[in-house]
Amino acid sequence: MNYTSLLQEKCLTILLSGEIDHHSARQTMEAITAKIDVYLPRRCVLDFCGVSFMDSSGIAIVIHTLRAMEELEGEVCLANVPPQPMKVLRAGGIDKLVRFGAERSPA
Amino acid sequence: MKTENETVLQFPSLSANEAFARQVASAFAAQMDPTLEELGDVKTAVSEAVTNAIVHAYPDRIGPVSLRLRRLPGNVLEITVKDRGQGIADVEKAREPMFTTGGAERSGMGITIMESFMNSFTLRSTPGRGTTVRMRKKLTGRGEAACKA
Repeated sequence: MNYTSLLQEKCLTILLSGEIDHHSARQTMEAITAKIDVYLPRRCVLDFCGVSFMDSSGIAIVIHTLRAMEELEGEVCLANVPPQPMKVLRAGGIDKLVRFGAERSPA
Repeated sequence: MKTENETVLQFPSLSANEAFARQVASAFAAQMDPTLEELGDVKTAVSEAVTNAIVHAYPDRIGPVSLRLRRLPGNVLEITVKDRGQGIADVEKAREPMFTTGGAERSGMGITIMESFMNSFTLRSTPGRGTTVRMRKKLTGRGEAACKA
């Protein structure tokens, strides 16, 4: 599990890659929290474009990010989710909690 | 039910073995010509079951976890994950979505996902003696899926 982050106009994008499971989840959650605490973004986009596998630990990462952004009254968006992680997110009901797609919300 | 092929793997409850276990399951299932979605379902279910054993069965120590894979007639894959850990005191509670006694990195959705991704799911646990999860999934196979398309 690796990640890269980009900050543009208060939008923090975390590009996730590799396999997301319990083994890597805690480290990923801590890294995301650290980025949010430093940059105080209005939006956080979790981009799954490079994720080759994800189990329910990915649900915990999304919920953790949601809570961190709620403290800033910001929003979370999921982008480029491949079919296997999407099936896991839907089974966990995450598709009802967050928006999908990285497009900007209306000002 | 007659077993057409099987393998048994035993490993210590180290989180690094989660990926190893699902890769073994994926390699075993490959002989059954699964679709990509079916292979993803199998890997996800194995990852959830093995993670539960690692996180919940042995919270304070490293113990043995076994993964048994069987190919059954009708292109059915059976997965059994067994530990000899502390067991589950309240199985019904453990099966509730969002319930977890694990850390922040657990969502409490593991059992829900195993139930929804596999055709059958059984969980037996005895406090102090361990837990056994058994799941079955009929794999359509890419050939059969192509014929239906």
